Amino acid sequence: MNRFSYARPGSVAEAVREVAAPASKVLAGGTNLVDLMKYNVERPAHLVDVTRLPGLKAIEETGEGGLRIGALVTNTALAYDPRVQERYPLLSSTILAGATAQLRNAATTGGNLLQRTRCYYFYDAATPCNKRVPGSGCPAIGGVNRIHAILGTSEQCIATHPSDMAVAMAALEAVIRVSGPGGERDIPIAEFHRLPGDTPERDTNLGADEIIVSVELPAPRFATNYTYLKLRDRLSYAFALVSVAAALDMDGGTVREARIALGGVAHKPWRVPEAEALLKGVVPERGAFSLVADRILEGAQGFGGNSFKIDLAHRAILRALSQAAAGTPQSQTDKRIQ
Amino acid sequence: MADLDLPSRQGFAPDAALPTGLPGEIPLTITINGERRDLHVRPWTTLLDLLREDLHLYGTKKGCDHGQCGACTVLVDGQRINSCLSLAVSRDGCEVTTIEGLAAPDGALHPMQQAFIEHDAFQCGYCTPGQICSAVGLVKEGHAHSAEEIREGMSGNLCRCGAYTNIVDAIGDMLAQETSQEAAK
Amino acid sequence: MHETHFGSPRSRVDGPLKVTGAAPYAGEFTAPDLAHGYVVSSAIAKGRITRIDTKDALAVPGVVQVFTHENRPRTAFRSNAYQDEVAPPGKPFRALYDETIVYSGQPVALVVAEDFEIARYAASLVRVTYEAEAHETDLEKVQAKAYVPPVKRQGISPPPKPRGDSEAAFGASPVTVEAGYRIAVEHHNPMEPHATTVVWEGDERITVHDKIQGAQNSQSYITAVFGLPQKDVRVVSPFIGGAFGSGLRPQYQLFLAVMAALELKRSVRVVLTRDQMFTMGYRPDGLQNVALGANQDATLQSIRHDLIANTSTFEDYQEATVNWSAMLYHCDNVTTTHKLAKTDLYTPADMRAPGAPTGLFAMESAMDELAHKLGVDPVTLRLRNYADIDESTNKYHTSKELRAAYQLGAERFGWSKRNPKPRSMKEGRELIGWGMASGAWEAQMAQTSARATLTADGRLEVACATADVGTGTYTILTQIAADALGLPMEKVTTKLGDSSLPKSPVEGGSWTAASAGSAVELACHKVRETLFKSARGLDHSPLANADIERVTFHGERIALVSDSSRFVTLADALKAAGVEKIEAEETASPSKLTQMRYNSFTHSAVFVEVRVDEELGQVRVTRIVDAVAAGRIINPKTARSQIMGGVVFGIGMALHEESMPDHNLGRFMNHNLAEYHVPVNADVHDIEVIFVEEHDTLTSPLGVKGLGEIGIVGTAAAIANAVFHATGKRIRELPITIDKVIGTAEAA
Repeated sequence: MNRFSYARPGSVAEAVREVAAPASKVLAGGTNLVDLMKYNVERPAHLVDVTRLPGLKAIEETGEGGLRIGALVTNTALAYDPRVQERYPLLSSTILAGATAQLRNAATTGGNLLQRTRCYYFYDAATPCNKRVPGSGCPAIGGVNRIHAILGTSEQCIATHPSDMAVAMAALEAVIRVSGPGGERDIPIAEFHRLPGDTPERDTNLGADEIIVSVELPAPRFATNYTYLKLRDRLSYAFALVSVAAALDMDGGTVREARIALGGVAHKPWRVPEAEALLKGVVPERGAFSLVADRILEGAQGFGGNSFKIDLAHRAILRALSQAAAGTPQSQTDKRIQ
Repeated sequence: MADLDLPSRQGFAPDAALPTGLPGEIPLTITINGERRDLHVRPWTTLLDLLREDLHLYGTKKGCDHGQCGACTVLVDGQRINSCLSLAVSRDGCEVTTIEGLAAPDGALHPMQQAFIEHDAFQCGYCTPGQICSAVGLVKEGHAHSAEEIREGMSGNLCRCGAYTNIVDAIGDMLAQETSQEAAK
Repeated sequence: MHETHFGSPRSRVDGPLKVTGAAPYAGEFTAPDLAHGYVVSSAIAKGRITRIDTKDALAVPGVVQVFTHENRPRTAFRSNAYQDEVAPPGKPFRALYDETIVYSGQPVALVVAEDFEIARYAASLVRVTYEAEAHETDLEKVQAKAYVPPVKRQGISPPPKPRGDSEAAFGASPVTVEAGYRIAVEHHNPMEPHATTVVWEGDERITVHDKIQGAQNSQSYITAVFGLPQKDVRVVSPFIGGAFGSGLRPQYQLFLAVMAALELKRSVRVVLTRDQMFTMGYRPDGLQNVALGANQDATLQSIRHDLIANTSTFEDYQEATVNWSAMLYHCDNVTTTHKLAKTDLYTPADMRAPGAPTGLFAMESAMDELAHKLGVDPVTLRLRNYADIDESTNKYHTSKELRAAYQLGAERFGWSKRNPKPRSMKEGRELIGWGMASGAWEAQMAQTSARATLTADGRLEVACATADVGTGTYTILTQIAADALGLPMEKVTTKLGDSSLPKSPVEGGSWTAASAGSAVELACHKVRETLFKSARGLDHSPLANADIERVTFHGERIALVSDSSRFVTLADALKAAGVEKIEAEETASPSKLTQMRYNSFTHSAVFVEVRVDEELGQVRVTRIVDAVAAGRIINPKTARSQIMGGVVFGIGMALHEESMPDHNLGRFMNHNLAEYHVPVNADVHDIEVIFVEEHDTLTSPLGVKGLGEIGIVGTAAAIANAVFHATGKRIRELPITIDKVIGTAEAA
């Protein structure tokens, strides 16, 4: 790790002042940042340890029936919170599909949203990478790209966002509250992560002088018909090749509203609201699901090693919607797929 | 236990070198295996390197140094974490239990350590301290009740020798004991 | 001999050290003057270093020195000085030798600093400028240049001479199958990264703690390369955190650590990063082709198995891959070939059962394809073509209970309930597949010495330079020694992994139990004789006229077989001897005569159940029965673990493991344990191990054949065959990943 100065602010306001320092980075659980610092990918000049900030470790009622999750709530605390398990079981299940107990015990809600890609080239400082060194090139295109994106890619970057949690939050339309020099602002999760475009070095729309303070979940509506289906190269402790968070708000035998978010396929959790709208008022069955999947995957492009993901994503959307419609969410311990 | 007559790896008393209080070092108070330590560390020292290199608690292993194998698992405030991804400074005030702290002061093995021996739940032994700390954490969490749940809950600890089924049996034994003790109460 | 411990399940004697974290591994020895080395690795695959700038690194406070090819101290000039005990033919890689780059990840500098984090940081400041040359790492691109290696690797049988006329017989066979097979490059990835701690003892003497499967191999490497006398170099490596072959040859961190210690005259430790574990040997890439011809009655008429495997530009790595296809079945017309093609990668290395699971994946898949085409049961096909002798060499087997293994394994698995039709078994959404395969591995014994020392306090120490890499060697040697003198295991200490101990070859190839075990037994018997003489010589000895053949050593007593009430305690016998200790060193050697007439193999029959979600491509291995015929089993507890471990390795080979090369960069890209997938706990379900009774008096005096490799052999093939049975899809390239299951592989 490179040499850096270290600060442990005692308040959010102080933390915001600290992160204004050039090349500063926020340290919370450390599970991704410390990892990348050892690889020489992240080289902060100043490390702002926010782990002691008061008030960011709580899960609170919002007043509108939702929950506000402090940025420092660990993945474990969030997944096993009884309110989350009861009202947002999709989120609980999704978190438990990710990483390991050890990592979830350390990783935080805010940090998880800021996780960086697992692209092999991004991680390997001996190779070019536009995200790590803008302008150096993208060897994943034409190289080893089994784990890469099929949607929303650019000529600069085909990396994916690796989070599971963020996929469920995208489906649940969480809102991220950030604090900066000008005070607090809310960013809907759909606008939080960016597509790579010509600036792949920027993962999110979080300002360099801002920190995440909480994530707000709107009033629950998807506690019955939901699932998180994750497909990966081994049965646990692996990032998603493709994952699908599906949630249906049912009105008797028809769908009132559908939410479908994909992980492992793009630089951000992938949602296509127009595709979800196709299910509105419809009896949930495979024919309808297939049309939805077609729509979600419109424009999907493979790069050789990852081309199978287009077909796999299509199949996964169908299965996830079937699980959600049947009210039989995927178990994250019983690896038999429902 | 058979005496293997090993050469000592404790070349010198590690405590003699600590705390140093060199410029750039940050004071750190941390309780390790029940013993409070007042130390000074550089901000880039991980909890794992602090344990191994500064305190010579080599029982906690470095298998990947990136949170990809679980060999460095320790309990911090009772919860299992990867010590390689934790900067020591950020654990100021915490209580850390390593494999060296599981046995009773008189040397009697922790029941989980005993269960690992009984079930031959290891071969080369390198992942073993992490497996055992992780298993102790898993039992404490209380989410695992079946072999399937143990397997998932222990998937953060790679074992290249492939002792997995014996590890599950060892932990299953411990859980069964817990359950029967609960029932007895 | 009275066997109290041999053959009985015993917990590992090193268990308490391992579960308490007290067992020291190579990178955990320390010294007051310890400095830490961090390796800088090459970013290019081929070319030369034009400039290496260490100024910024050297300026970091705490940095002691940066070694590069420019300031490397003088080492041996001739490349053969670098050739270790198990090196393949060629010129071994020499770290920091000159500016030439021969593979991506090659060490180009070593930063030595006062602490690890300083060394890691300073290493990031070393600036290397390269002049790259065109490289080729793709075996497919160089296969046209494949050649038969001119120099054979010592200890590796080349493919046997062809027998009969396989081509004509293939043409005349009414039923044939022919296909290509491939297994992804795999890296060993033991949990402990490669590490060396060199303790500077002063006066140019060093004690070296190295991650090595043979302390004496590292010792002789160091003495040859650095020109040191043997007495000044002691290698002590009591515990190895797994190796699976990666610790057979000294790896470059040993060279770098010793070089730095000698130059700096202080203790130095070099531990490789997990990423750097992908910059050394690996299971080679190979293009395999198998063609089988059979009559309608399911008798094999022709076998052909060809292989082109990759090697480095500087060594001709060879392993026995195709040979298994020539020995496993009765067939009159067999041709096997093994060629190499050079790639700009490091030299491949022996990896758990080198060659066998690879070659037998191809052969046993082809047998399954043939069974399907013939419409016969896969076990029946194998039994119909059972070979009673090794036809590839025309030698007898020392023992071969493979038939019993098929039978017992099938029984336990419930094979008779299998519906032979692919896609016929289903539960819920999952297709169920049952597949099987055979396994074989050489059972060898290698010349090995051991010492036994009985001291006046009644404790026995046995010692041998070999290593316990997790295999249970400490435990089984303790069992053998305790039985030899009738002691409880607690009174026996086993010492291993030290170059100063009696001579042993590297630990590997499954030969250690038979070899070191026999040596320990011989040495203990020598001690027995001395002890017995002393007991017999006592005044009014109850054993006065006894013969050593007529007494037992049991319960710390020497007693008459015919009348156990007539005995002398060991303590009395020792006292009578009037010496501080009784010591004997003996060497066990394999019988040359046996080797001339016989071949010896362990065998297995592996039965696997998979469950496949066909739509999503997910494969779960839910049940494995591995029936193993491997002679006598010293410790059923540790033996079972060893086989299970091999099976888990086989699951990894079948479903997960793949080092992915970027041929544009000439570099493996998924060089970490997050993206190089080894099985995790959730991937492993029920594994049942059966040891088939096998009587073998020829392989080793102990009747032992060895278990380290056989567990992996056959497993991957059985899984692939089960996937076929489940789905009707034949996947001939491992690992069987989701994309291949949902992809367009050939349907039934």
